[in-house]
Amino acid sequence: MSWLTKFLTSSIGRKLIMSLTGLFLILFLVVHLAGNLQLLINDQGSSFNGYAYMMTHNPLIKVIAFGNYFFIILHAIQGIMIALANRKAKGSKYAVSTNATASWSSKNMAILGTLILAFICIHMGDFWYKMKFTDQLAMVSVDGMDMQVKDLYSQVKNTFSTWWLVLIYLVGLATLAFHLWHGFQSSFQSLGINHKKYTPFIQSVGKIFSIVIPLGFAIIPIIYFADAMEWINYFS
Amino acid sequence: MNLTLKVWRQNNAQAKGQFETHQVVASEHMSFLEMLDVLNETLISEKKSPVVFAHDCREGICGTCNLVINGRAHGPQKGTTVCQLHMRAFKDGDTIVVEPWRAAAFPVIKDLMVDRSSLDKIIQAGGYISVNTGQAQDANDIPIGKDVASQAFDAATCIGCGACVAACPNGSAMLFTSAKVAHLGLLPQGEVEAEARVQSMVNQMDEEGFGMCSNTGACEAECPKEISISNIAMLNRQYMASVLGSKTGV
Ligand code: HEM
Ligand code: SF4
Ligand code: FES
Repeated sequence: MSWLTKFLTSSIGRKLIMSLTGLFLILFLVVHLAGNLQLLINDQGSSFNGYAYMMTHNPLIKVIAFGNYFFIILHAIQGIMIALANRKAKGSKYAVSTNATASWSSKNMAILGTLILAFICIHMGDFWYKMKFTDQLAMVSVDGMDMQVKDLYSQVKNTFSTWWLVLIYLVGLATLAFHLWHGFQSSFQSLGINHKKYTPFIQSVGKIFSIVIPLGFAIIPIIYFADAMEWINYFS
Repeated sequence: MNLTLKVWRQNNAQAKGQFETHQVVASEHMSFLEMLDVLNETLISEKKSPVVFAHDCREGICGTCNLVINGRAHGPQKGTTVCQLHMRAFKDGDTIVVEPWRAAAFPVIKDLMVDRSSLDKIIQAGGYISVNTGQAQDANDIPIGKDVASQAFDAATCIGCGACVAACPNGSAMLFTSAKVAHLGLLPQGEVEAEARVQSMVNQMDEEGFGMCSNTGACEAECPKEISISNIAMLNRQYMASVLGSKTGV
């Protein structure tokens, strides 16, 4: 075995891959949320549709998007393989189990991750697939562009007027919050970054991040649903 | 105090084990192992086979005693080995469930005794210093900063009991291995071989079938010597540095 294969298939190497892909996905979440928050601008989706066009046509974004697909798949496969190997290494279970010594999230990362993966599939079927591979979306004009673009905004509006789809999104985001509650700080420990000077800071940032980011995503379906139900008049 | 014990009985590694229930009358001044001695006296006088459990020093320094009590490695008391755990930690009328360490790398020998030689193999792979480092006065001649000496000493308190592996949901031996790598690598006598050591010990750890670290922190919570998981971060760091940029070409 070459030294590199040996390194990447060692226990520490495999966790290094988990950590780096996990951190990349964390970065992606920030960018993704920043883009999505344009859905809350009250301009009939003009800025969001323009942004969606740019995200599907800019060559640099396309390269990053492929990196992103690859890292999600790598993270998911690697995570499941690690969980299976760890189950084998544990062998049998204790008759009495305790939650006194480790957080629930930390012990259920693979279940949480699998739920997130299921959610990502539903989510991509809803928007990404319809945007990229179908002509189901109407063409609209947006401010500052002299051509018509696909109206992803109306698709969002449609999706988030169905209560059970909104529920799926909220559950998916809660799952993500639990995954990040442990995952954020864990990825630094896997990288060997642990010091009494800054580890408490990383842990606090991780906890805030794991609540604020999923909450930021969740605001969008909540507001759209409330608007569709006419509980509030957000867009008019 | 009157206790109901549910004890794990298993004839060998291949056998399917099961719990056996016994009543024991104990005093709160007894250690947990003395309470098990009382149980065994009774079993022997009834011509039944005594419960096999491992023990040696009974003063918290050898790491031989290892029981999971009510789901907790070394029982409910923090920073304490089973032999140092006293029955006053329990109440009259309690039901106590006693199980062996569970991990694929720790096969059951009999009942509550497991084979922990997989930890010895990790030590044999590199947990030593190859040259004679002399006597205590030779070590005292080498100036070492107080912080480094303390850190190395904290890691050196690991008694190799395997509670970290037992407590870990993944059966990972990272806390043990990291304690040994830190204890030897932080001191000048051990630093010389640090790069090769970390690689061979991690390789052996993987070979023995221990799990990967999910950073759950269960090991640190159950370690009778309260070894910190910051040692695991140091192990990760040293392993990566050694593979990616060793000075010695290992
Ligand atoms: C946006 C999505 C996701 C983000 C931001 C994310 C982030 C993270 C982070 C930061 C970690 C910590 C890595 C470490 O301990 O070093 C982690 C661990 C993990 N992730 Fe994800 N993840 C995501 C999706 C998924 C998916 C889809 C799966 C699929 C099954 C998954 C499975 C796991 C598992 C099993 C672990 C624990 C590995 C271990 O420590 O044993 N994750 N994730
Ligand atoms: S690190 Fe702690 S729990 Fe693990 S073997 Fe050493 S003393 Fe026992
Ligand atoms: S018997 Fe030696 S530590 Fe418990």
